[in-house]
Amino acid sequence: MEYFLQQLINGLSLGAIYGLIAIGYTMVYGIIGMINFAHGDIFMIGAFHSLIAFLVLGLLGVSFVPLALMVVLVIAVLLTATYGWTVERVAYRPLRRSTRLAPLISAIGMSIFLQNSVQLLQGARGKPLVSVIPGAITLVDSGTFAVQISYMQIVIMLVTVSLMTVFTLMITRTTLGRAQRACEQDQRMASLLGVNIDRTISITFVIGASLAAVAGLMVTLYYGIIDFYLGFVAGIKAFTAAVLGGIGSLPGAMLGGILIGLIEAFWSAYFSVEYKDVAAFGVLVLVLIFRPSGLLGRPEVEKV
Amino acid sequence: MNDVPLLNVEHLTMRFGGLVAIDDVSFSARNGQITGIIGPNGAGKTTVFNCLTGFYKPSVGRLALNAPHGTFLLEQTDGFRIAQQARVARTFQNIRLFAGMSVLENLIVAQHNKLMKESGFTIAGLLWLPRHRAAERQSVELARYWLDRIGLTSRADWQAGNLPYGDQRRLEIARAMCTDPVLLCLDEPAAGLNARESAELNELLLEIKAQQGIGILLIEHDMSVVMEISDHIVVLDYGRKISDGRPDQVRQDPAVIRAYLGEEEDEELPPEVAEDLAQRGEAGAI
Repeated sequence: MEYFLQQLINGLSLGAIYGLIAIGYTMVYGIIGMINFAHGDIFMIGAFHSLIAFLVLGLLGVSFVPLALMVVLVIAVLLTATYGWTVERVAYRPLRRSTRLAPLISAIGMSIFLQNSVQLLQGARGKPLVSVIPGAITLVDSGTFAVQISYMQIVIMLVTVSLMTVFTLMITRTTLGRAQRACEQDQRMASLLGVNIDRTISITFVIGASLAAVAGLMVTLYYGIIDFYLGFVAGIKAFTAAVLGGIGSLPGAMLGGILIGLIEAFWSAYFSVEYKDVAAFGVLVLVLIFRPSGLLGRPEVEKV
Repeated sequence: MNDVPLLNVEHLTMRFGGLVAIDDVSFSARNGQITGIIGPNGAGKTTVFNCLTGFYKPSVGRLALNAPHGTFLLEQTDGFRIAQQARVARTFQNIRLFAGMSVLENLIVAQHNKLMKESGFTIAGLLWLPRHRAAERQSVELARYWLDRIGLTSRADWQAGNLPYGDQRRLEIARAMCTDPVLLCLDEPAAGLNARESAELNELLLEIKAQQGIGILLIEHDMSVVMEISDHIVVLDYGRKISDGRPDQVRQDPAVIRAYLGEEEDEELPPEVAEDLAQRGEAGAI
């Protein structure tokens, strides 16, 4: 029972991170109908910006952790958002009126480019970071097994919940969110009502990249080591999460992320760690067979 | 009244490869008037709208909008700026509401640019500042006003896609009006409406014309609608303008009769159509 509880905590914190990345996939899919395969690498870029920002702050002698975290957060989000914006501008916007396949291939190219450029600039070896938020709270101690929730996990969950709240408010209540939803349904019509489509799409990429940057920061802190290949697996997992929850659906992305996190954690705990990815993707296959539109996705009904 | 027409279309030509969809069409539309564009199927009516609203770049021609807030050459204005700056709004033959959004939201999206400015590009919106809340309230008020006008107040929270057909048509017009246009382009607004709904629509359009004082361009198949409410009619056939004038003039124009009925085929008309035409002819004479 204690073991179960512990894996639940671990799975939730992992899932929260997947969820944050998955939102980027699902939003971009919703608005321009393409899978942004470079998104995982944008997340990796976010992790590297966080790491570098931490090291620079360390050199400058900033040792007050909350301040350092805030500064790193702002820097990582700003820089990573710029990457997200640029990728859309350079690799996708020129292809907007071409076939659906063209931006997809361009996205894969962008992904390889980002990975390789980071490998070239930062080296292929993993980059470690000393634990910034150490410590944990012991929840249950049965003598043989202690269920702990680390401060880092608390931070991950708090940050995720508050970001999700702000994000949901933004999509449902603000002018921009309304414009995004309108673009999702009918871009041309939205443009006829005076909505600047190009700008709305750019902002979507910026928001997705910002959330990925926060996820990158938290992964850096959580695992304490990152490399240039980080974005590949995490990206595929988050993409799986988005599809699992129903691609195009924002609550679906979050739910999918948490489910994937939990599946991985429990599979590792009760079966085998080596096959945790198989479990996550296996669930994806099952969902696609039995509920192709995902858990919370609306099935596409063509009205005749 | 101002002597410069609101919209001046000069020598508009639109070619698609070898096909000439519109061939050297010129006409104008005035403020506070309903200008009807009629013609048989494939005459190029919707193509004219597509040129006006930036869907197509005309091959040749000048589309000048002389709005009170400035003069715009629509053929050089792209995409969203036609709605944002020139303030031309349009509706579609096949309704294009945001089906997944609520009726009210459809009307608020139409006020995007005003809200965007008021909310400091959404930043004030995120911070929930009073300025943003006031702007939101204003836009909801305007939306409610139009809901009231089209009789949909009680269905404000419905998903737009679930509304009955006739309501969707009126909602689309209300949404276009929420963008605060100077020129409203309506593409067959009466298509698929029954007689009562069609009469209500006429009333709504006449009210908009009288109260808002904007120019209305109206494409219509249903002759009764056009003849009844238009101040001025342009007739297209095979991409050319064949007639232009007041409804009673257009109705008598042999070229129009030829285009609609074909040449020398009067005898072969089904009796109902002939009768209907005769009645309309009488109504026009009164």
